[in-house]
Amino acid sequence: MHPAYSVILFTTATGAGYGLLALLGLMALAGMAPPGLWPGLFGLGLALVLITGGLLSSAGHLGRPERAWRAFSQWRSSWLSREGISAVATFVPAGLFGLGWLLTGRAEGWVALAGALAALGAVVTVCCTAMIYASLTPIAQWRSRFTLPGYLLYAAMSGLTLLNALLAASGDGGSVLAGAAAALTLAGWAWKRASWRHDDTAGLPATVNSATGLPGGRVLSIEWPHSEENYLLKEMGYRVARKHRDRLRLIAQFLGFLAPAVLLVLAALTPAGAVTVGASLLAALCQLAGLLVERWLFFAEARHTVMLYYGR
Amino acid sequence: MTCFPASTDKSLGLVIDLDTCVGCQACVTSCKEWNTGGHMAPLTDVKPYGGGVDGVWFNRVHTFEHITQEGGRTVHFPRSCLHCAEPACVTVCPTGASYKRASDGIVLVDEEKCIGCKLCSWACPYGAREFDVEIGVMKKCTLCVDRIYNEHIPPEDRVPACVSACPTGARHFGDLGDPASPISRLVEERGGVPLMPELGYEPTNRYLPPRARSERAPTVAAAPLEDAAPEGGFLGWVDRMLSR
Ligand code: SF4
Ligand code: SF4
Ligand code: SF4
Repeated sequence: MHPAYSVILFTTATGAGYGLLALLGLMALAGMAPPGLWPGLFGLGLALVLITGGLLSSAGHLGRPERAWRAFSQWRSSWLSREGISAVATFVPAGLFGLGWLLTGRAEGWVALAGALAALGAVVTVCCTAMIYASLTPIAQWRSRFTLPGYLLYAAMSGLTLLNALLAASGDGGSVLAGAAAALTLAGWAWKRASWRHDDTAGLPATVNSATGLPGGRVLSIEWPHSEENYLLKEMGYRVARKHRDRLRLIAQFLGFLAPAVLLVLAALTPAGAVTVGASLLAALCQLAGLLVERWLFFAEARHTVMLYYGR
Repeated sequence: MTCFPASTDKSLGLVIDLDTCVGCQACVTSCKEWNTGGHMAPLTDVKPYGGGVDGVWFNRVHTFEHITQEGGRTVHFPRSCLHCAEPACVTVCPTGASYKRASDGIVLVDEEKCIGCKLCSWACPYGAREFDVEIGVMKKCTLCVDRIYNEHIPPEDRVPACVSACPTGARHFGDLGDPASPISRLVEERGGVPLMPELGYEPTNRYLPPRARSERAPTVAAAPLEDAAPEGGFLGWVDRMLSR
């Protein structure tokens, strides 16, 4: 599939933003919200910026963005529609959470409740995003049991790494937080490797014989209907990823998982200070960059069934 | 609502005969010609006269080589929307722009509602949908809704443009939901098949497989043609005499 930058940015940024939002909401519910006012509000602000930026970027992918409001109508059948509604609905408790925190100065009582609702909205929205891909029958790499847990895991992982960086910078961090972020990063790495192993053996869900209705033997494409690339080849026949697959996977693993995990362990083991702050910030930046490569591969490596007609 | 109807009064569709299709592209051009002024108009072409030409077409003809134990055979294969009974292209649509009609089962796009998210084209395994980059909306075969019910054209022309253009009669149109319709009987007789039934889209269109090889082909070869540069015989003598 063609890896559109708008969609890569959308899934990566909203994933990290919703992860961060959900963690802040859950911490407030558990009475463990960051004590200071500004780290909490800065975290919430960052989450909302990531979410809003991601959603706006996804609108950039549309042919007619001015009609985007129509996408809220088909929630009964469409995961994309559900995602849109859930994303907009989540802004309400998230806004109340931030406003209450700002006005009352603490994340307790109804403010914590709003935080919990925002966390729920965040999880639902990430699930909807994942299901947009996980429900597409023609793409075996997406319609797999790895897709939905993967999206949730990478959102939680990048959200936690961001939260750790934020709290380390404000002096509210700690070894537990950094350690948890390292553990989640390693879990994400294991999940990614397992997904790739699955993807590499997942063939197309149909054969060229059933696609053409010609049973038995071999069916070879000897002439295409067009001499230049058409929409199908541009959108569904993307092949660059296959050429650079191994190198890109190494880059994604290093930036997204290995380097952040090492940095986070370093942050957890060193006493609070410049090293902890630097390692935590670097881990967050590195992981986001790695996830962008990971997401590029998620799109670019996916093979669409229609390519059976083109012998690709 | 983009949930599709559980059942439709009719199941209008096409039956394509892979035995007789000669890959002449007449259906392709007549489809483009009719539809670029029809319901989904225009069928935009980008850079039509230079390199990198691209454009929207509802019907494309591929050519395959089918190699079995009996030998190889060239098969021309027209590909257009199959007007599926379980169209995921419709359910994924967030706006309700993609819909399936309860009356005749035709799957259409409402261009006024489409936001151009392209998700429906990802959901179609048959590659039936093409994005119009200039208008920013998705387009697809309409089963020529603006011909088949059109009272301004003579009744015999009220069939899809691709069907009426086909010089070998390889394309048939009718109600595949009615087992007694001529087109359903043709499918029955010729063992017509749905494409990729394992994906569960329940396509309406059927493809008639090429007929079995005939044993009636001539067994005696024709007499060989006369040698163009004869070495012997009368012509050889003439040739030698005149070449002196
Ligand atoms: S062929 Fe594709 S576009 Fe047509 S109804 Fe089936 S899934 Fe939808
Ligand atoms: S591209 Fe248009 S018709 Fe297709 S799913 Fe999106 S809104 Fe619906
Ligand atoms: S039915 Fe009409 S729109 Fe569809 S392929 Fe044939 S000519 Fe084109």
